[in-house]
Amino acid sequence: MTAILTNLFDGVAYGMLLFVLACGLAVTLGLMNFVNLAHGAFAMAGGYVCAVLVNRMGWPFFAALPLAFVASAMIGALLERTLYQHLYARSHLDQVLFSIGLVFMTVAAVDYIMGSSRIFINLPDVLQGQFDIFGVGIGRYRLMIIVICGLLTVGLQLVLSKTRFGSRLRAAVDDPRAASGLGINVPQVFAFTFAFGCGLAGLGGALSAEILGLDPYFPLKFMIYFLIVVTVGGSSSITGPFLASLLLGIGDVAGKYYVPKLGPFVIYTIMIVILIWRPNGLFGRTATR
Amino acid sequence: MFVRNKTLTLASAALAAAALASGAARAEDVFKIGLIVPMTGGQASTGKQIDNAIKLYMQQNGDTVAGKKIQVILKDDAALPDNTKRLAQELIVNDKVNVIAGFGVTPAAFAAAPLATQGKIPEVVMAAGTSIITEKSPYIVRTSFTLPQSSTIIGDWAVKNGIKKVATLTSDYAPGNDALASFKEHFTAGGGEIVEEIKVPLANPDFAPFLQRMKDAKPDAMFVFVPAGQGGNFMKQYAERGLDKSGIKVIGPGDVTDDDLLNDMGDAVLGAVTAHIYSAAHPSAKNKEFVAAYKKAFNSRPGFMAVGGYDGIHLIYEALKKTGGKTDGDSLIAAMKGMAWESPRGPISIDPETRDIVQNVYIRKVEKVDGELYNVEFQTFDAVKDPGKAKK
Repeated sequence: MTAILTNLFDGVAYGMLLFVLACGLAVTLGLMNFVNLAHGAFAMAGGYVCAVLVNRMGWPFFAALPLAFVASAMIGALLERTLYQHLYARSHLDQVLFSIGLVFMTVAAVDYIMGSSRIFINLPDVLQGQFDIFGVGIGRYRLMIIVICGLLTVGLQLVLSKTRFGSRLRAAVDDPRAASGLGINVPQVFAFTFAFGCGLAGLGGALSAEILGLDPYFPLKFMIYFLIVVTVGGSSSITGPFLASLLLGIGDVAGKYYVPKLGPFVIYTIMIVILIWRPNGLFGRTATR
Repeated sequence: MFVRNKTLTLASAALAAAALASGAARAEDVFKIGLIVPMTGGQASTGKQIDNAIKLYMQQNGDTVAGKKIQVILKDDAALPDNTKRLAQELIVNDKVNVIAGFGVTPAAFAAAPLATQGKIPEVVMAAGTSIITEKSPYIVRTSFTLPQSSTIIGDWAVKNGIKKVATLTSDYAPGNDALASFKEHFTAGGGEIVEEIKVPLANPDFAPFLQRMKDAKPDAMFVFVPAGQGGNFMKQYAERGLDKSGIKVIGPGDVTDDDLLNDMGDAVLGAVTAHIYSAAHPSAKNKEFVAAYKKAFNSRPGFMAVGGYDGIHLIYEALKKTGGKTDGDSLIAAMKGMAWESPRGPISIDPETRDIVQNVYIRKVEKVDGELYNVEFQTFDAVKDPGKAKK
């Protein structure tokens, strides 16, 4: 019983991490209809910013986390204004080629600047180790991930559904022409949304370094996971990717624990089964744009 | 203006001609080594260590051997065998290299093997550790190690030292399977029991579920092989899950506690017992000198990959001396067979029958020395041949 609960806990933590890493992609892909395969590059940027601040400049980990978000968001905003915005109207193939090219460039650049060996972020003692609750092993770091990501999810959902910005964004996405006619500054809304998505990725990158490892190949290694989350979840809301991340995280951990021989394939099996059942993802709209 | 231009043109033409002439004259006297190692990607630390060690050796021993000037052409294959094959072909056909060397991972060494055979060019393997590599071509010589060399010995050591139940966690590719098979055979022959056997995918992001399974199996120790580079991730999560406190020791071949990364792993790694061919703490004069020179030149500690490269270039130098400057592959290979010398890791030799390395294997324990983590050797097994071949 305790083994089940420990695994459930690990699975939830892993799923939450996947969600923060991937939900920015769900936003750009689903809301803005832009295929940004370079999403992982922003995650990596956040990871490295956090690592440099903590390891080299001696910042406390919790102070470096928000900065990882801000730095990635700023890089995102800059690239959106200079490069991405010119590709909004282009075909998906152009967007894919452009963003995958960007991935290779960042991989090479980070490899050159930071070196290619895997780096770790020095964690405070509070976050190290596990404690027991009725025999269930709770990793402190993983618990922190669940708390941060849980709050973030609630916050995101509220922003999108309840705030003025949320309704502007939804309007801008559904009909950019009518929205700008109503006085919504569509490019500004898009730029802000894109930057916010990149910031989330950066935060995810900083959080994931401890568990997934951080090296210059991060954007390529985890691209497949981001895409699985968005595909399974459907890209028209935040709830879809959230539930998909949880399902995949728990499925992945449980699979590796209970059937280690098949473990790595469980995540793909889940994806295939769901896509056969609901080709547009769990919460996908039936008609694609 | 015109005059000056003309003189310039004349001068540059003369220079070009001189360069051409000396180039043509020198081509005969240059001995080229094509070094193919991963300098980028997950295995980059392997390539960098080998490259460093070779540069260090050439600084110490000069670049002229038996009247030939040694030239190393470095190529990065990012540990992808397709690249290795293409680069080896270019080096052999276009650059006309006399030796190909390096090879960070087993598939890379395999990919180049048929080219070595066709071109009759020695392939000096400085890193990859699967047993059967040297059987893939009569021109392959190895200066690194084989995984059965260290895994059989840690298997024997474990049963003799009160470890009865072991869970294994190995990366699912050729060297991992080699390590697992040789460990298992020796450990169970001595009366040990394997309570859990898990193969981890090579591109595995998170060890958590596997480690939890290890913890629940409650073994005396876990036998671990992950490629150098993943060791840090593994040891961190091992500590996170409290396996160090639950008394489950880490044993294995030395890749998991590579000197290159050991210091970053934290105190959880203290007490890990591994069998391996080299430790930066090896207490010989030759090694102290090597470590000091390496640290001075590159500001980092050499690991076992650096030693594989250092000995590889030494082997090439000595073979060329022995042939008196004859550069054909058959003469070089003949000269390499049976060669023996004192390496920073201790006495080593090349087995004349298998062209594989014969060397001491040490049992070491991770300890803190002067505030740094080191693999401290406490038992030596002399002149170990590759057990993978002894079987046949």
